[in-house]
Amino acid sequence: MSNAMKEYDKEKDVVRLNPISNGTVIDHLPPATGPTIIRMLKLSCKEPIMMAVNIDSKKKGKKDLIFIEGKELNEKEVQKLGLIAQGSTWNIVKGKRVVSKNKIEMPKETTGIIVCSNPKCITNNETLETKFTIANNMGKCHYCEREMNMKDIIKSLE
Amino acid sequence: MKWNLKDIISINDFSREDIECVLFNAKKMKSLSREKKSKILKNKVVASLFFEPSTRTRLSFETAIQNLGARVVGFADGGVSSQKKGETLSDSISTVENYVDGIVMRHPIEGAARRASEVSLVPIINGGDGANQHPTQTLLDLFTIKEEFNSIDGIKIALVGDLKYGRTVHSLALALNKFKKCKIFFVAPEQLKMPQEIMEKLTNVKVVETENLEEIVPKVDIIYSTRIQKERFPDEIEYNKVKDAYVITPNTIKDAKSSMRIMHPLPRVNELSQELDGTKHALYFKQAGNGIPVREALLKLLLEGKK
Ligand SMILES: [Zn+2]
Repeated sequence: MSNAMKEYDKEKDVVRLNPISNGTVIDHLPPATGPTIIRMLKLSCKEPIMMAVNIDSKKKGKKDLIFIEGKELNEKEVQKLGLIAQGSTWNIVKGKRVVSKNKIEMPKETTGIIVCSNPKCITNNETLETKFTIANNMGKCHYCEREMNMKDIIKSLE
Repeated sequence: MKWNLKDIISINDFSREDIECVLFNAKKMKSLSREKKSKILKNKVVASLFFEPSTRTRLSFETAIQNLGARVVGFADGGVSSQKKGETLSDSISTVENYVDGIVMRHPIEGAARRASEVSLVPIINGGDGANQHPTQTLLDLFTIKEEFNSIDGIKIALVGDLKYGRTVHSLALALNKFKKCKIFFVAPEQLKMPQEIMEKLTNVKVVETENLEEIVPKVDIIYSTRIQKERFPDEIEYNKVKDAYVITPNTIKDAKSSMRIMHPLPRVNELSQELDGTKHALYFKQAGNGIPVREALLKLLLEGKK
């Protein structure tokens, strides 16, 4: 690992080290989830993205880190993050300063982001946003009541 | 008794109190005169929308509607009407709700009834949405148990046959889990066992899983038999191995308590011998008949007094 990367992590003041001026920092991601998250958020790669994978973290041992220039996450994107990277943080950067820090939590309900695994579900047969309730690491379709485990839920996001 | 539901979509929406309220009203329906009953929903109109045919369920609902003095409009096979023209369910419901006070519907797509209830201003009653829910079947099962044994608490019931794919037995087991001290014997071949995710939810009942029906017959109040369908098996040989294992004949139940009763959602194929029909154990035709008072009770609870 390069010294430059280690310095990012040791440094408490993220603001000064931030390589982006306006955008989003997704931090403390579980190691090796970064690539999945970039794919899942369907980032167009029109905006500059920096990703660090498996870097040292004081709190977690190892972590991933993503900087996205010129992008703020919407509600659905935050819900997606919650399903895959609970306990991480997402920070909004404006004018090179972190203006808000937010914890990524497992959503209790999601709208329009999980694809129901039941081919006979109405959400797979008509134009209709899915709704899921999440509890005990399982998601339940509001319509057909099919239950999906986290692994299948995350797969359906990609 | 407080009644909180606006629609009848899934048995999972019911609290024990809601269930008791339906059973109480169904019992009352049985004792009302034809004359009195026919005034309950006088001048109301109820739509009966069968996007997939199901003659038994439709006849039962439409009889209940007419017994309460309401008129029925609708169709018996939606495949030839709106659906074929590619109309969405929400459009169909938004149109029909203007004509009627309530909608009974059956649909092959799972979650269709829940969707309809989001769109509709008038109450929706789910008469079956694919393999998902058929709440009025579960309620009539519970009503039949209560009527026969006076109480659902403490009942010992064997669910027999296809427990893997049978939505009727899934819903009944989950409903019994809302009552006290019930004991459920799951009797099925290895290939058709009750799914693990349902077993995990049965935290409030005692459960026993077995492949041997005869050894548990003396222990139960009810045998609830279901059909084992050929198409569930990978090949004919596998099917033939188990198809006769759970056929119930007078000999199967020779050691049963005299109060033991046999239930079945009907139609049956060969899993219940016709020799049982005249015996005191046969409860299945009475069970089917109970579909009427239960559906009348639901219609009354949802529609009575509403403008
Ligand atoms: Zn679904």
